Amino acid sequence: MGHAEAPVGFEPGDPDSVELFANAHPPLWRNPPPRGTYDLVVLGGGPAGLLAARGAATLGRKVALIERNLLGGNCLNDGCVPSKALIRSAQLYARMREAQVLGVPQPRDVRIDVPETMRRIRHLQARLSRADSAQRLLTHGVDVYFGAARFAGPAAVSVAGATLRFKKALVATGSRPLVTAIAGLDAAGYWTNENVFKLSALPRRLLVIGGGPLGCELAQAFCRLGSHVIIAQDDPMFLPGEERDAAQILSDSLAHDGVEIHLNTQVVAVRKAGEQKVVDLVSDESGFSVSVDEILAGTGRTPNVEDLDLEAAQVEYDTTAGIHVNDFLRTTNARIYAAGDVCLEHRFAHMADASARLVLHNALMRGRRRLSALTVPWCTYTDPEIAHVGMYVREAREQAIPVETFTILMHDVDRAVTDGDEAGFLKIHVKDGTDQILGATIVARHAGEMINELTVAISAGIGLAELGRVIHAYPTQAEAIKMAADAYFLTRLKVASR
Amino acid sequence: MNDERDSDEALLERFQRAAFEYFVEAWNPTNGLVADTTRAGAPASIAVVGFALSSYVVGVERGWLSRHDAAARVLVTLRFFWNSTQSGSPDATGYKGFYYHFLDMGSGRRVWQSELSMIDSGFLLAGALTAGVYFDSDAEEEAQIRRLADALYRRVDWQWAQGGAATLRQGWKPESGFFHYGWEGYSEAAILYVLALASPTFAPAHNCYAAWTATYQWENIYDYEFLYAGPLFIHLFSHAWIDFAGIRDKFMREKRSDYFENSGRAVAVQREFARRNPHDCIGYGADCWGLSANDGPGLKTLTIDGFERRFFGYAARGIPYGPDDGTLAPAAMLASMPFDPPAALAALRMLCARYPQMTQASRLPSGFNPTLRGEGPQGWVSEGYFGLDQGVIVLMIENHRSQLLWKLMRRCPHIGEGLRRAGFRGAWLG
Repeated sequence: MGHAEAPVGFEPGDPDSVELFANAHPPLWRNPPPRGTYDLVVLGGGPAGLLAARGAATLGRKVALIERNLLGGNCLNDGCVPSKALIRSAQLYARMREAQVLGVPQPRDVRIDVPETMRRIRHLQARLSRADSAQRLLTHGVDVYFGAARFAGPAAVSVAGATLRFKKALVATGSRPLVTAIAGLDAAGYWTNENVFKLSALPRRLLVIGGGPLGCELAQAFCRLGSHVIIAQDDPMFLPGEERDAAQILSDSLAHDGVEIHLNTQVVAVRKAGEQKVVDLVSDESGFSVSVDEILAGTGRTPNVEDLDLEAAQVEYDTTAGIHVNDFLRTTNARIYAAGDVCLEHRFAHMADASARLVLHNALMRGRRRLSALTVPWCTYTDPEIAHVGMYVREAREQAIPVETFTILMHDVDRAVTDGDEAGFLKIHVKDGTDQILGATIVARHAGEMINELTVAISAGIGLAELGRVIHAYPTQAEAIKMAADAYFLTRLKVASR
Repeated sequence: MNDERDSDEALLERFQRAAFEYFVEAWNPTNGLVADTTRAGAPASIAVVGFALSSYVVGVERGWLSRHDAAARVLVTLRFFWNSTQSGSPDATGYKGFYYHFLDMGSGRRVWQSELSMIDSGFLLAGALTAGVYFDSDAEEEAQIRRLADALYRRVDWQWAQGGAATLRQGWKPESGFFHYGWEGYSEAAILYVLALASPTFAPAHNCYAAWTATYQWENIYDYEFLYAGPLFIHLFSHAWIDFAGIRDKFMREKRSDYFENSGRAVAVQREFARRNPHDCIGYGADCWGLSANDGPGLKTLTIDGFERRFFGYAARGIPYGPDDGTLAPAAMLASMPFDPPAALAALRMLCARYPQMTQASRLPSGFNPTLRGEGPQGWVSEGYFGLDQGVIVLMIENHRSQLLWKLMRRCPHIGEGLRRAGFRGAWLG
């Protein structure tokens, strides 16, 4: 078979780029000849596709994986990995500026080195790409194809001139930035998460359009790195759908960092004026303009369903929700499943992973595992982080479930106080009169780590009373969970004493 | 004045009277409008007018105003609102029976491009209905008050105010339509929903109250279980007119509590927050508390004693999530009298003893901030006085002393009907 298409973004002079591409899309890669009918053909080499391909190979099945660009998907290449690395660097700069809070003199001559920060990001990406390299997959028994995949019928996919026939297929093509149509934006130019991590210099002034998780994370990070950041959010609060108090603390935190916040504000037009981009905004009926050097847009996501010729495979989809699947993640073609961003409401790498596991069981092991049975946590990696799992109170009340919320303020948690991490709270929602945990929200510097304990509890049916009997290491910030359990215990004592 | 020697009753009388005098001083006799604040050029606030209409009734009962003078004040006010322009024009006084939040003191027309405010219209109507119940004689002026109060209430189009949403909208502007957010979480809007639900003319969908209460959060904070809302005023304002003690809607039946008891717990949580004082604000303590919506030092960041602190202007400060910039609302402390008299009195005596410069006129400012140094231990103090603060002080002290407003509003058929339609039962409601 011939060479795959040349990978996009390959920079032969950069050793990290050389390693990343050697792992994620070897420039001289030759697609293998098809080995008859595959037990599973996977479209997309992101977190879902990689897990499914490796899993199928481990089961001894004949499996092919098709990736259009880089293995690792959005997560490794332009999503979680680079953004969290950038956030960590930005957080350190912020901590140095506030060293006095911890009784430490502020370091003198703190210089922000953006090229070095970006070099570190590229290096980390290269390092992490080793785990799922094309060569390693091949060794594992996965036939790896690079190229654009298209369905050639209900049981066949074509890629780079080859036709792969399958018993089962998994579509895991992920998602891409969703850019709202704004007059003049295309002509003026903008960043998305697909190119923001490749910058070589910091913009002096940056407008972030959208106050969802990615918008808030990057607004804070760039502000901490030294840009004057303006964030425009159409809604009255950040992170729509999240706990109102969590969104308020985030808003306070962004303001504390120096982000210029415009809530209830729409971006209506953009135009170039020399090197600047002039952006027209409207808040209520009032219009105003800001001048910036760069614009970060596309902080939402849209599923990659185009160019797959899903019609040929009789797979139903729409461009908003993506591929239509049932609770077993099966599409309208019984041979074909979908996983990850291309079909899920929750577009997280860990959901891609979980849904791929579910597909492995259902497609290859006659399983009947349901998407609706999953307990799904998520986290926004601002500072403080905002993590959630399970139901929100409003969701419970909509189902006529009475709720009591046990709230612990991080300023009452010893370890948070000693660490100077006092902003935030833990809220655990239980079914009123019981210790059944319905959901939880954590706003804390390490909320993403803390939410996992509660995810385990909900998944395993462990109640708040039982969590209270678990010895938590002291002092840790996760002790907040124990404190909430103690508060619950006191309410039971009160009931018992009546 | 010697605050320490004053009996509790004398102390309350002095502060209540001083608050009442705000409405004597800050009103326009030609149209009954009352200024939002004592600051030069301040417009009228329709919510303050609502508190004024109720305060006149208190003034009569306390002997501070004759019944005739009070009726005359009420009548000129209600006539203005009935006859003022109701249209979608940007400089009208109101629309669909609601009124713009801020009006020009002279012309009575909309200023500051303010919103048509549902909640502030609710407070205005509560004041009008209070007067309508109180002035019950056969005298023509009192009969007119009753007719006008009822007509103003019946004119309000609550159906329109839903704007197609499940709950009532917060506001509307002729330039941009409804605010695209509604009421979420417990708030001061209880009286708004009660008035809306009882409307014989334009009642909203009957499930709008349930849709609102579905957003409530019952929280356990500092080992107190209560219906959470951060700023203290939320736990006070609707209670100025409605006696919630012992009456329960579906939510409170589920929690085996009521909104009166809940406000008492909110006070307790406020005091506990101030005692713990997580942000090391100067002055805070179990007798010095009260984070609420009030005036502040202005938006700025200052380094104080080596630490950076952010300050805010007028803002809805709240516990436990903030914002907390060290600014306290003394009016909120005093207006908590009905829910926790010992705590509110202790706070008032603390204010008098510790900050005599601030309390010597017996009238409380909107905010003060001992963390931000000023002239004296009270630190920064809000300039002048705000009508809302004075209004809630007059009414809540009166409810503590005689339950006057609560007793009057029990006789208002719209209040009873609205409460019943919201699902309240028990105590005085039957």
